[in-house]
Amino acid sequence: MTWLESHWLTVILFAPTAGALILLILPVRSEKSIRALAVGFSSISLVCTLLLWARFEAAPIMGGFRFVERAEWFGAIHAFYHLGIDGLSLPLVLLTTLLTPLALLASASIKANLKAYMVLFLLLETGMLGVFLALDLLLFFVFWEVGLVPMYFLISQWGGANRHYAALKFILYTMGGSLGLLLAIQVMGLSSGTFDLVELFQRWPALTHLSLPLGLPLGTVKAIAFWAFVIAFAIKVPVWPFHTWLPDAHTEAPTAGSMILAGVLLKLGGYGFIRLVLPLFPNEAQRFAPGLAVLAVAAIIFGALGALAQRDFKRLVAYSSINHMGFVVLGVAAAALAWRAADPQARLDANLALNGAVLQMFNHGLSAAGMFFLVGVIYDRAHTRDLQEFGGLYALLPVYGTVLIFTAMASLGLPGLGGFVSEFLVVRGAWPQLTLATALSMIGLFFTGAYILKALRLVLHGPLNPRWQGILKDMNGLELTVILPLIGLSLLTGLWPAWLIGMINQAVATLF
Amino acid sequence: MPVDTLIWLLPLPPLLAFFAIMLFTHRRNGLSHGLAIGAVTLSWLGSLVVFWRALQAQDLAEHPWGAQLNWIPTGNTWLQIGTQVDPLTVVTLFFVAWTILMIFIYSVGYHNYGQPRGALDRPGLPPQGAEIQDGHGHRHRVPSVEPMYARFFALISLFAFAMYLLVVSDNLLTLYIGWEVMGLCSYLLIGFWYARESARNAAVKAFLTTRVGDVFMLLGLAALYTLTGSLNYRAILGNPQILEVLATTASPIAGVSWAALIGLLLFAGTVGKSAQFPLHIWLPDAMEGPTPVSAMIHAATMVSAGVYLMIRFFPLLAAGWLPGQPLTLPMTAMAAIGAFTALFAATIGLVQRDIKRVLAYSTISQLGYMIAALGIGAYVAATFHLVTHAFFKALLFLASGSVIHGMEHGVYHSGEHLDAQDMLNMGGLRHKMPWTFWTFLAGGLSLAGFPLVTAGFWSKDEILASAFESNLLVFIVLGVAALLTAFYTMRQITLVFLGKPRSAAAAHAHESRPVMLVPLVVLAVFAMAAGWVGVPHYFPVLGGQLPNWFGAFVGSMLGHEGELGHAVFTPTPLMVSIVASLGGLFLGWWVYRTQQDRLQDVLARPLGGLYRLLEHKYYVDEFYQAVFIRPALWVAEVFFYRWLDLGLIDGILHGLARVGVAVGNLFREVIDRPVINGAGDALAEGTRDVGVRLRVLQPGRLQVYLLLALVAVILIGLAFFYYVGMV
Repeated sequence: MTWLESHWLTVILFAPTAGALILLILPVRSEKSIRALAVGFSSISLVCTLLLWARFEAAPIMGGFRFVERAEWFGAIHAFYHLGIDGLSLPLVLLTTLLTPLALLASASIKANLKAYMVLFLLLETGMLGVFLALDLLLFFVFWEVGLVPMYFLISQWGGANRHYAALKFILYTMGGSLGLLLAIQVMGLSSGTFDLVELFQRWPALTHLSLPLGLPLGTVKAIAFWAFVIAFAIKVPVWPFHTWLPDAHTEAPTAGSMILAGVLLKLGGYGFIRLVLPLFPNEAQRFAPGLAVLAVAAIIFGALGALAQRDFKRLVAYSSINHMGFVVLGVAAAALAWRAADPQARLDANLALNGAVLQMFNHGLSAAGMFFLVGVIYDRAHTRDLQEFGGLYALLPVYGTVLIFTAMASLGLPGLGGFVSEFLVVRGAWPQLTLATALSMIGLFFTGAYILKALRLVLHGPLNPRWQGILKDMNGLELTVILPLIGLSLLTGLWPAWLIGMINQAVATLF
Repeated sequence: MPVDTLIWLLPLPPLLAFFAIMLFTHRRNGLSHGLAIGAVTLSWLGSLVVFWRALQAQDLAEHPWGAQLNWIPTGNTWLQIGTQVDPLTVVTLFFVAWTILMIFIYSVGYHNYGQPRGALDRPGLPPQGAEIQDGHGHRHRVPSVEPMYARFFALISLFAFAMYLLVVSDNLLTLYIGWEVMGLCSYLLIGFWYARESARNAAVKAFLTTRVGDVFMLLGLAALYTLTGSLNYRAILGNPQILEVLATTASPIAGVSWAALIGLLLFAGTVGKSAQFPLHIWLPDAMEGPTPVSAMIHAATMVSAGVYLMIRFFPLLAAGWLPGQPLTLPMTAMAAIGAFTALFAATIGLVQRDIKRVLAYSTISQLGYMIAALGIGAYVAATFHLVTHAFFKALLFLASGSVIHGMEHGVYHSGEHLDAQDMLNMGGLRHKMPWTFWTFLAGGLSLAGFPLVTAGFWSKDEILASAFESNLLVFIVLGVAALLTAFYTMRQITLVFLGKPRSAAAAHAHESRPVMLVPLVVLAVFAMAAGWVGVPHYFPVLGGQLPNWFGAFVGSMLGHEGELGHAVFTPTPLMVSIVASLGGLFLGWWVYRTQQDRLQDVLARPLGGLYRLLEHKYYVDEFYQAVFIRPALWVAEVFFYRWLDLGLIDGILHGLARVGVAVGNLFREVIDRPVINGAGDALAEGTRDVGVRLRVLQPGRLQVYLLLALVAVILIGLAFFYYVGMV
């Protein structure tokens, strides 16, 4: 038990990997036991996260982080196996450990190569968790890449008709971002003499001369490194105009893959902005924040319009992610502008914006995963996602209809559900500094309503398409098990946001 | 129970009822409506207790009741939410509690509780009626129970929760939550019979049209919170310094003050919610919902919320204004839009044939009165009209639902195929449906402002009197609108109840059940009597006989007793008010007393093109369709999606990919094949050649190997000694 007490994060991080190895080694054949093992091991992470949440306040703080683990990894280049967690990462870790077992449960329609599928999925979870937990830049990068490969295979092996194109587009886009990220990490690590993030937070922004013989002035190198980071994360979020991989990848991925893609993978980008870009490049971020805000607003508006243009239900939901994640970036831009400002009012604005951005990531994780799951539910039954072919299904599927309306409203940001709180905080935080951008983002918010209602209107309402009479069955117990936690958390966050914002606010307040 | 706790509890029962019905009792109709009605009865009771205590309280405006709790951590502080009960809350709570309870009870009858299920009934469509066999073996068609009965009560409970929440809130954020949840309920209830094409379109239209206003309102919230650090009413509106700063600091937009800008942003929300021009288009279509929904959402409560917001924020809207001075920018906007809407909607209401659509346009028009009244500073008059309107409009909607029910009964009997809501198919219903007739008449006369005996007269007269004092143009517009209101109201009463039946269905209409009639009677009492609490003290003969309780109670919200504008009696507005009311009523009866035709209105031919213009609602819908909706869809589908995303961005990417493949091929042809493959081949062949040459050394004979070994040893030994010797 004492070992566990000092290695919570390792357990959370590698429980899925252990599951993957066991699945690989043991001759488990029956479909049922494969599923049970995979869900079981990913649930270990979930249970440990919940236990850790309960112990969070009491745990000692080291360098701003709790449950810190640190061991030498590549001593020669000062890279460490350094894990830690704070109020920024904990909500996202919870999101990951919650969504993964749910996504595995939602994989009931996967029959081919089930074992490989589960192994890849568990490795994917470790990759994502690693990004949120790593406190070493090199370790961060390793996990960043580790997450990519399983997702590539999940899309290309278990995806839809156009899966190879989508998978290739996904991995090339992301790799394109990773290249710059890797180079920037090398420069930063070598010139600061460490890859340890807690130390880098101090050293890198304060660096006065470059020890590397690059032949460039320090300001230029920092700017290049900044843009390398920004582009890598912007692709992941994704920020307009780096978004076109997303509709293809999300649409072609299997249901569970889409849930994780939208629910967690996009958050890696947002997390990167907040965890790395803001503290490491405060000056550059401040300088380029207006530009970032413009791209965020572009994502909000164009994402919403893009969603409105779709006929494919899944593609519509995919575009909605661009729209919603734009608010995360808008919050980040607002926070970057007011970073460590002297004016307490401006600091409060930034604090609110960042609270909103992190909460928006969590809420979007819930609602987007829920929406993708519900698209999957209807696709499994109808074998089509064409909105024009549905119609009037509410009469056949009352439970599904109600759940879909609820989830869609969470996605729309209806007050009383989580999404509203985060959008409100972002809008409030961004308004004083980025007034015009915030005002323009309202256009996107309006069209959010338009595309959500378009989907509901075409799927549930209107005259019943007689083709589905007697064919479609309502949601079963397993499916309800997947969606109810998402609904419940969304409602809880809408009614009593303090359970989560309290955590986030703590971490954000120390940033400023 | 301490009153502060009681206030917290007011919105709660309907919310619990909503969850209970949705999760547990949705298959049990009786249990579901029992839960819902029980819940709103609790809330109603609580509201009356609050009302009663408020009557005895001293200085409620100065020291409102309420409590706060921490909701969102923001840096080192918290964003608090809480409740507040002051005179404005009290009067709002009063009419909200009464109308909601009456509507709930009425719904039991409206949705045919206790009737058999229809064989053709499907969820998502209105009940089509059921066939039953009586004791003599005759088959009858009778009304059938609503297939989604329980769901209706669940949704309407959620709606009641949201309205209560909005009313008891002490801050703009929880008000906004109630506001939007009502928007959702409105969407779900307008689209209650979702399988109808018209219903699903109306639902989307309502949600999106009001959302236009809501996004502006959200910006108003952000701005207000930024500038004042709070969203609490008392912290902002009760603080003269803050109001003064807001009124004197210029915002970045066109040099208007922050108070004006925020006021306009909030007003945009009201324009959407209270269906003011140019966002009025959703409300008439919202009549697709069941009639109790029309009564609740689109008359008594939800649209009232928009006006309530404006009344609540009047100190901000009027910041820097004193009676007699030029109006502030938001006030000017409100006076203009309100007065225009009052007249505009009244003209459309003149030619509507659907019994509910007439009422819908009259709602828009009456809300315009309230907005205009606030715009010219008549705070108490606007509030007064809000209260009386809620009662008589809820009554009118419910009574019209009773009429429709009676007509449907007739349709079942006669087997005709006709629109049971078209007033030209009715006529003479006063004999068949006396209770409905008399209560409808009470509501109609109140709407028309029939002098002295109706509530609507007192509130409308106050608005006209205030308008006469402050702005003659507004007065004239509202006066004309009052005439038109009386006209279309009497047209409606004449077409529906007077004369002779114009269809077999009307001849066989049937009075509704008591569960529907009792709420009508209760509301009719309020529609008549609610005005007596606000008789102005200057009114001839009656003034001073009755205390102007309403004026004193609500007026205390502004920090001083009584009215803001007029204090002395001027005969002109009273004369206008009476002449408009009686004249309109008479004309309405006189023109339509001879209506015989079921197909054409008697005014259709004489008015010609004007009639068609009004019939098409000034073509506003068509205009929006052409100018906003279709271009927006084109921009989304063609410009952003097809051109920008698929064409430009993906085009660039695919171009890059092609360049990459081309470069790869180039390398393959220029470097790989000739250089690397060539080198590799050369290496392989060279090795083989060497092997061939060395083969002579490996003949397989032991002697040769030993000889070679010996030579090797000697050579190595020599080399060793040579190097060692060197060292």
